Amino acid sequence: MVKESNSTSNSLLGWIDERFPLSSFIKNHLTGYYAPKNFNFWYFFGALALFVFVMQILTGIFLTMHYKPSAAEAFASVEYIMRDVSFGWLIRYMHSTGSSLFFVVIYLHMFRGLMYGSYRRPRELLWLFGVFIFLLLMAEAFFGYLLPWGQMSYWGAQVIVNLFTSVPFIGPDLAEWVRGDYLVSDATLNRFFAFHVIALPLALAGLIFGHLIALHEVGSNNPDGIDIKDMKDKKTGIPMDGIPFHPYYTVKDLVGLSVFLIVFASIIFFAPEMGGYFLEANNFVPANPLVTPDHIAPVWYFTPFYSILRAVPPLFNSQFPGVAAMGLSVLIFFFVPWLDKSKVRSIRYKGALYKKWLSTFVISFIVLGYLGTVPSNVWGQFYNAIPIIGGKDVATIIARIFTVTYFLFFILMPIYSKKDITKSVPKRVRM
Amino acid sequence: MKNIIISFIIIFSSSLSYASESVKLDKAPIDLDDKISLQRGARNFVNYCLNCHSASYMRYNRLTDIGLTDELIENNLLFTSDKVGNPMEISMINSDAKKWFGAAPPNLSVTARSRGADWIYSYLRSFYRDPTRTMGWNNTVYKNSAMPHILWELQGEQHFNNVTNNLKLETPGTLSPEEYDQFVGDITNYMVFMSEPGQQKRRQIGYYVLAFLFLLLILTINLKKEYWKNIK
Repeated sequence: MVKESNSTSNSLLGWIDERFPLSSFIKNHLTGYYAPKNFNFWYFFGALALFVFVMQILTGIFLTMHYKPSAAEAFASVEYIMRDVSFGWLIRYMHSTGSSLFFVVIYLHMFRGLMYGSYRRPRELLWLFGVFIFLLLMAEAFFGYLLPWGQMSYWGAQVIVNLFTSVPFIGPDLAEWVRGDYLVSDATLNRFFAFHVIALPLALAGLIFGHLIALHEVGSNNPDGIDIKDMKDKKTGIPMDGIPFHPYYTVKDLVGLSVFLIVFASIIFFAPEMGGYFLEANNFVPANPLVTPDHIAPVWYFTPFYSILRAVPPLFNSQFPGVAAMGLSVLIFFFVPWLDKSKVRSIRYKGALYKKWLSTFVISFIVLGYLGTVPSNVWGQFYNAIPIIGGKDVATIIARIFTVTYFLFFILMPIYSKKDITKSVPKRVRM
Repeated sequence: MKNIIISFIIIFSSSLSYASESVKLDKAPIDLDDKISLQRGARNFVNYCLNCHSASYMRYNRLTDIGLTDELIENNLLFTSDKVGNPMEISMINSDAKKWFGAAPPNLSVTARSRGADWIYSYLRSFYRDPTRTMGWNNTVYKNSAMPHILWELQGEQHFNNVTNNLKLETPGTLSPEEYDQFVGDITNYMVFMSEPGQQKRRQIGYYVLAFLFLLLILTINLKKEYWKNIK
């Protein structure tokens, strides 16, 4: 028998709440989710990453309405979007600029995690979700970059897929299986399109959901690395240093979003190519399997890893060591929660040793990133001036040095983080 | 925070230099507000370039953006198609072109974005007589280019001096060097326009968007301050 409603509230919300946990969801995740009150500038980037993700999905939907995933039509269809679709240029530039800025905010977000020890117990799983998101985001960007079907799209994909051939024994077959052809072709474009528009966005959405659920389960870290749940108000049980996410951080994130949008709009409307970093000049030439460009460089966000690939010398004529090093340079982020043996979370209370290593890592990352954008003989002209390091191959030698320091940051972490002299951590957060 | 954003913009706006191009390029006189130059460029482009090169991503009626009317376009510029809404295509077949020139002339719709304006401007001014080439011409900017010097009657004949590495005008053309530079400059200007016809509009909208966003920023800063005044 269907019973009469015994709801005390006659409102629409009451009706919904009897059937769906809307009010309790809002309470658990917004108005009743207590975040530390001392978030600084670095805490904008998580929310911004979510914003960019949604924007990429939305602009991507409109692009797929006009884009043709075929080798014969792809390049022309992008120009069609740029010229004949109304505001197509805006949608396309939002998407192309969005992809680069996605990596900007993700890199800053990850650096924040490294600085404040946001991966330490109990947030290990939260960090793992994040590294998975980063991995899939790289795949998403890689697949998407083939779609405009320009020279850089084509040869970039050719180079990266060819990396699979270096896998011992099964390499060549594996690369062929990935491509669906003997070289990057229409078949490759079609499958990359499928991965780019449905498989990876779906997986990313799931992982982002998991990332947020894990975050709300353990609560946010903060610049002091103090557990705000340790100091609760005795009566209410609310953390004394916590404030409700809504309205406090929703209004604060709006400020961050406004600044982000100013940067974003400045690029879209005034420098959409960003001097060749966001849209490469050579990608305005349609893909041609018979003409290899002089200099093949990935988009800037892959260049640190690309540098590592180029820096590692081949072994027995096989490029596999370089490929393995590149893979490891990304996968090594998974282990960070177990490598850091420091007594404190945040850099504010860590000693000089950790700060030195983190700076070394950042410098390595930036120098490797720069070297990845230029040909490996870039500094060859200075070889008389700096004969000690490598002569003509000075850039390769420098890339090797920074590849080593990049990995040492992680490998030596258990040692230096333990030896580091830390400061005592206060009980309450500082604003 | 401001410093970080500014330094970010500076770092990423410095342009990529491609090491393979070591030729010194001349600065092209680009002014997309100069409608007369763009119109002259469109005329020159259609008359001289659009016989071998297509620009098939560009529609003729997009020339209304540089102040032409459909009627003007129809009466003066339509040679290869009969409708003003058609793209700028050519009748030459790629496989034939390859046989004749050794390489099919590329579609020029977005060349200004791949090569850059300075490259096009310098290239068109750097042809010289070279009897060893099948077409009788060579180019200092793009060595052994398959393209003959289409504009030689206008520019005249340049010769390359191996000692000084300089080009010298031996036989004058129908245009003076200054007139020729302007002629080529107009074509380049037009090709920059054609590579992204909406770019002027894009910048125009950009100012309004930024003005709005700065107002939004002031609003959100004050909103945040109002909410946060009791948090200590």
